[in-house]
Amino acid sequence: MTAVTPAPPAVRPAPVDAVPPDRPAGRARLRTAAGFAFGAALLFAVAPLMLSDFRLALLAKYLCVAMVAVGIGIAWGRGGMLTLGQGVFFGLGGYAMAMHLKLADAGPGGMPDFMQLYGQLDELPLWWRPFASPWFALPATVLLPMAVAFGLGSLVFRRRVRGAYFAILSQALAAAMVILLIGQQGTTGGTNGLTDIKGFFGYDLDDPVNQRMVYFIIAGTLLALLALTRQLIHSRYGELLVAVRDGEERVRFLGYDPASVKLVAYVVAAGMAGLAGALFVPAVGIISPALIGIVPSIEFVIGVAVGGRATVLGPVLGAVAVAWARTALSERFPGTWTYLQGLLFVVVVAFLPGGLASLWSLARRRDVGAQPARRRWLSLGRRRVERTEVPAA
Amino acid sequence: MTVLFGQLFTGISIGAVLLLIAIGLALTFGQMNVINMAHGEFIMAGAYTTYVLQQSITGAGLSLVVALPVAFVVAGTMGVLLEVLLIRRLYARPLDTLLVTWGVSLMLQQLARDVFGSPNVQTRAPELLTGNVALPGGLTIANNRLFILALALAAVAALTLALRLTPLGRRIRAVVQNRDLAAVSGIATSRVDRTTFFLGSGLAGLAGVALTLLGPIGPTMGTNLIIDAFLVVVVGGIGQLKGSVIVAFALGVLQATGEYLTTLSVAKVIVFVAIVAFLQWRPQGLFTLRTRSLA
Repeated sequence: MTAVTPAPPAVRPAPVDAVPPDRPAGRARLRTAAGFAFGAALLFAVAPLMLSDFRLALLAKYLCVAMVAVGIGIAWGRGGMLTLGQGVFFGLGGYAMAMHLKLADAGPGGMPDFMQLYGQLDELPLWWRPFASPWFALPATVLLPMAVAFGLGSLVFRRRVRGAYFAILSQALAAAMVILLIGQQGTTGGTNGLTDIKGFFGYDLDDPVNQRMVYFIIAGTLLALLALTRQLIHSRYGELLVAVRDGEERVRFLGYDPASVKLVAYVVAAGMAGLAGALFVPAVGIISPALIGIVPSIEFVIGVAVGGRATVLGPVLGAVAVAWARTALSERFPGTWTYLQGLLFVVVVAFLPGGLASLWSLARRRDVGAQPARRRWLSLGRRRVERTEVPAA
Repeated sequence: MTVLFGQLFTGISIGAVLLLIAIGLALTFGQMNVINMAHGEFIMAGAYTTYVLQQSITGAGLSLVVALPVAFVVAGTMGVLLEVLLIRRLYARPLDTLLVTWGVSLMLQQLARDVFGSPNVQTRAPELLTGNVALPGGLTIANNRLFILALALAAVAALTLALRLTPLGRRIRAVVQNRDLAAVSGIATSRVDRTTFFLGSGLAGLAGVALTLLGPIGPTMGTNLIIDAFLVVVVGGIGQLKGSVIVAFALGVLQATGEYLTTLSVAKVIVFVAIVAFLQWRPQGLFTLRTRSLA
């Protein structure tokens, strides 16, 4: 190791895990299964029965955001990688799906409407062609983001670029992607993006019945991702990921390769964001640079922080709650919402780093009377320096 | 040849703007290892200060001269407030600081929208700065670009001298190199932090004044610039200014050349790829302070 940053105050970051101490494994499993069944009932029975078509479509949109949040929960909450560029992966998935649907709308040999408008193109650009086939486009919605994440991640993590450096790089990626999309207007639709998507594999998206079907697909996918995430977090790999977050050097000294551990989490998060983007397109009917740039990318993070970054369910609930609050408030008081959003970033991240999920476990701990939990989430002041901790860059 | 020099100068003037923004960041990032996303809004504050001053001082030249120190103090004061109220409480959590300051920047943008309105506003440039300098060989260089270049270089020179020669500069360098050792040597590190933040944020205010010469002033003007400036600091290496200076001009020239050879959007991607490639070679940036600490 040559290198180096001026040592930051060597203080252990505040723990953000809200996982309560060990409980008997059997009961925990039962609780998880019960929670899962409850969530499924809520998403598949209660919501479709209670909500109007309009509200259900909004919920579908929120659930897509929640899928991105689940991925961020793994990468950031569990892995300590603050990724401010998930919009890129969301966009890659979304554009891949939208390109396929546009081509399907145009029919065999046809060209998407916008290309005739600005492009003055005589034929379909070469890189659009494979997306005509669903066998290419559908896997691409997930594999393309994963490949980009793998490329960037393997370069960056191996050279031990991390912390704020990684956050800035991921954000710069989002900026570059948006500028590229807008600049190549003739083939990407520019600022408008790909709009006016009518069909979804033969189903007419204007039909409310088909919109419901899209909702069910999204809800099912989200539940599957949650199950996957739970398994991942409770596996040996999940433990290792947390270990890398809390003490990368120690894990290295134990003989593991932290770069690969981080890479897996980052790639999984990217795949989830890609899937979310792909499902967002039929649910909302549009994908555009404004949905994937720097600002939306960082907005994905706030839901995760609000819900509880290190938990399985926290990011989902936080993302849905924030998205819902945004719709409810920004229609009536657009200015107020911006203030509130800013305040949310400040208050939640600074004063309640474990998110709302930590309130729950704090309350539980107080019941048990194990330790005064109060100090942990209200204490903000400089913590004592612990000599044993390796400073995380 | 003319084209080459023209592109070179375009690149240098892009670099000068980047530099002016990045030195303030390099100072605060190097000092406290925290990313201040609200730095862009301090730029905006500097720009709006110029606008407000021009409402009362009608002479464009005089108002610009007055705006420089006033914007420095306004932005610097905002920086100190932010440091005292939030950032100093979050030293142990650099990533969280990034998100918290992003929240602050959202609120400041909305505040600007409420006070000055969402549409962009414009200031008048002094006559002296509106013309061009003609160079032999048919080259022309815009006066305002030259002014910004001079301002950036002057700011770097002043900051370098201050860091090298003054007692305050010595204390700042000590804290950057080893905070704990500085503290046990009797340096009041928290006071040094506050002063550093004042200086760094004040430099953002100066950048804001300079930017009024190039374009309109709007609530989101900072966001677009800040990421490039962060990249300059990341690539330049923290703790020293010379890295930022070299990288700012290098990125500016790379951007201008890329734009000339391809398009603006492709040039941005080229710059990004170049940065990732560069970090393969020097992951801690161009210049680093060598210490024996891990990580």
